[in-house]
Amino acid sequence: MTQAMIAVQDLTKTYGARVAIDRLTFSAQKGEILGFLGPNGAGKTTTMRILTGYMPPTTGSAQIAGYDVVENSLEARKHIGYLPETVPLYNDMSVLDYLVYMGKLRRVPQVEDRAWEVLERVGMEHRADSFIGSLSKGMRQRVGLAQAILHQPDVLILDEPTIGLDPTQVVEVRRLIQEVGKEHTVLLSTHILAEAQQLCDRVLIINQGRIIAEDTPENLQLRLQGGARVLVDVAGEAGDDLLERLRALPGVRLANRLADGRFEVVAEEGQEVRPAIARTVLESGYGLLELHRAAMSLEEIFLQLVQEEAEEAALAEPEEAKAEETALEPEEAHTDEEA
Amino acid sequence: MRTLWIVARREYARYFTTPAAYLAAFLFLLVLGIIFYSNIAASVMRSFMMPGYAPGVEIIVNPMTTLLIFMVPAFTMRLLAEEQRLGTLELLLTAPVRDAELIAGKWLGSFLFVATMIAITLLYPLTLNWLVKPSIDWGPVITSYLGLLLMAAALTALGTAISALFSNQIAAFVATLAFFLLLWLIGFPSSSTGGISSVWQYLDFSQHFYDTLARGILDLRDVIYYLSVAALGVFAGTVIIETRRWR
Repeated sequence: MTQAMIAVQDLTKTYGARVAIDRLTFSAQKGEILGFLGPNGAGKTTTMRILTGYMPPTTGSAQIAGYDVVENSLEARKHIGYLPETVPLYNDMSVLDYLVYMGKLRRVPQVEDRAWEVLERVGMEHRADSFIGSLSKGMRQRVGLAQAILHQPDVLILDEPTIGLDPTQVVEVRRLIQEVGKEHTVLLSTHILAEAQQLCDRVLIINQGRIIAEDTPENLQLRLQGGARVLVDVAGEAGDDLLERLRALPGVRLANRLADGRFEVVAEEGQEVRPAIARTVLESGYGLLELHRAAMSLEEIFLQLVQEEAEEAALAEPEEAKAEETALEPEEAHTDEEA
Repeated sequence: MRTLWIVARREYARYFTTPAAYLAAFLFLLVLGIIFYSNIAASVMRSFMMPGYAPGVEIIVNPMTTLLIFMVPAFTMRLLAEEQRLGTLELLLTAPVRDAELIAGKWLGSFLFVATMIAITLLYPLTLNWLVKPSIDWGPVITSYLGLLLMAAALTALGTAISALFSNQIAAFVATLAFFLLLWLIGFPSSSTGGISSVWQYLDFSQHFYDTLARGILDLRDVIYYLSVAALGVFAGTVIIETRRWR
């Protein structure tokens, strides 16, 4: 069995009474791009800061390349490249000097050659002598990324690497991450779901400090959708007769007519209904313009997961909530009188 | 140790790329030059009235100690405050660098810069030697400059530690200056009222300089005092950075 590059067990961090992350457990293998997905304040940055040795966890443990981040912090840190959310750059240094300095701190051999190498990799070799303060946001991000991969770390931790970039820069940085992810284990946080979908082999969805789902982007879609959803566009004025026939097909759970005139067919789980749909449309005398399986976007998945969780929580404690309500009522009455 | 040296070299080089550091160094040397000139002029007058009088190195080093109290905070204020403001501290604290190495490196860089400035002022004793016939007493020059270096080591270490407390350079400057003034004057009340508490006097920053080192007396107690303050500063800075991680 290959050793996990990132191994996290029951990681918890509390700030006073506030729980930032709550018993997180996950792992990532070599060469895997793991997406860390969640709304702002979900605990992504806190987790990353613990993994990089910036702050210790309250309880639980984490290993990077087999080294515990608390017990063996220096050794673990050697195996990490880190790009924090605010790109840490010295504005009064030139790009090359900055990389050479960071490389020296990390004991990179032949540091100048290596710095040029990563500059080429991020497409910044023409700005090697520019002061960092004069760079655009996208370029700063690229220098930050160059710094993170400089020492060829086993694990790359990127906190919102595409935040605040313009669309072209976003594409560039994503391409770079994909490239880098072939050799390194990447843990990437984002709150942009499309990004996770595009880049990651596996996605952890985190909300209020807890993992609420973990799977490949494709499987998450399948799992939440139940059966496949098929959209059918037909030529001509198709009426209710077609809708009835579609509903009658074996394996079809439901069929609807959408506002734009297309038909939406949802199949039972594990059923392939597309050939039957195509046949039915043609046999009914209509022309088939388009037939495709619609994917649920991660956005929808995310909202659904968060909602499901809230519902579960509500189901679990209705008694308590009621008790609180009744307890509150008399007090409220008092304050009203006083007022 | 190598990491410490990498941090120190970078910090030292950085002073030469920032206009603020040049300006501060310029002011330091300018003010010292003016004082030197007026002290020479005063000494000339005095030698007319008291034949045989010749000024010693004290006319240079005594004002310099006061200047250090005011200038060192300007050189140390940015050391860690700036790193915190820029977010680069997160980078340094997640690199394989020990907290103590980071702080000691920062301290060493700033100390070497102040030491460089002190070395430049050696021009004044040389000038004075040229003015005074037959020559000045070089013993006090050597101990005074040793004292200045020791004092600079102690002050920069304290400044480094205080800078670690802030993410705002101005706040770091004011706090450092206030602390230095306190140290500078701590023995003053007790010495003026008859010296009841020798503890306060021992803690006093100036007591270890004016009465001994500036007069050519090398007392081990003074050396130990400054070195222990320097060590304390580096230690306190390390503790401050370590506790930051737990916040």
